[in-house]
Amino acid sequence: MPLRKKERETTEIPTSSMADIAFLLLIFFLVTTTIDIDTGINMTLPPKLEDDQEPPPVKERNILKILVNAQGQVLLEDEPSAVNLIREEVIKHVQNNGQDPRYAEASNKAIVSIKTDRQTPYDVYVQTLDEVWMAYFTMWDNEARVLGSPNYEAYKDGLGPDEENMVREKIPAAISLAEPDAGSEG
Amino acid sequence: MSSHFKKKSAKSKQDIPTASLPDIIFMLLIFFMVTTVLRETEVQVRTTLPRAEAIQKIEQKRLVSYVYIGPLKTGQNRGATAIQIDDALIDDVNNVRTIMYRKLVEQPKLIVSLRVDQTSEMGMVMDVQQELREAGTLRINYSSRQDRSAASS
Repeated sequence: MPLRKKERETTEIPTSSMADIAFLLLIFFLVTTTIDIDTGINMTLPPKLEDDQEPPPVKERNILKILVNAQGQVLLEDEPSAVNLIREEVIKHVQNNGQDPRYAEASNKAIVSIKTDRQTPYDVYVQTLDEVWMAYFTMWDNEARVLGSPNYEAYKDGLGPDEENMVREKIPAAISLAEPDAGSEG
Repeated sequence: MSSHFKKKSAKSKQDIPTASLPDIIFMLLIFFMVTTVLRETEVQVRTTLPRAEAIQKIEQKRLVSYVYIGPLKTGQNRGATAIQIDDALIDDVNNVRTIMYRKLVEQPKLIVSLRVDQTSEMGMVMDVQQELREAGTLRINYSSRQDRSAASS
């Protein structure tokens, strides 16, 4: 009789540690998995032009022309330059406010145009685009600071759904990717 | 003494507790279900992404469609620049238009992520961009990695 009683006791399975095991596994997988986030430079392509439609007229002085040739050399407003000088030049161009006749009339009219050759390395193109974007980011940050936010990111997050983005209103990012030359195809 | 040991081992059953097993297995199952990417495309072209500073994250991954441009990893024309969308290599650039238009109809807020090898030439990228314009997929993203040495450029 006492023998039987003892047997019944041992058949019980200890389940108290199960939660620990489960948590351990969970933590292990949480630590080991990397959920890769896609990063990159966002751009919006210009809509397709109809055959009879001409590009909208823009004053010459409002466009900052950046040309990158097949060797990766940069031509800034018809003057030889370098990739790392673009940022400064873009800021000068956009925040000119009509002072220098070579640069833009106003911030919201300024356009930066990037044109590349077919043989231009993609690497250089991305660097160029990056510099232009960084110029805009810098200007937006400055503008947001004027409006009382620590930086543009904070300003944007603080905006309500109906509120206008004053920074973007003042300095819109107008980056134009030039139409490829029809003659250079093929 | 030895008889005492024998008696004890005979009495207690040495089974592995299996009650918690289903729970653990279910948890693993759920974990893998959540994290597994269902359709992993096999990229047939090499895409070493360029580095950039002004990068933004793409939050909604379901909106993204990838276009790979780079030198072929294997095959007869190894090293030749090719375009890949999903699992297929695109022979004619003009086909990009049709494929992207179909994708745009399915997902009107489509973002096309261009994963282009840094050694590629702009000609191919321009052609693809022109095709994307024809298709009407205007939101693009030049996929690039975070530049660690921010001040080097």
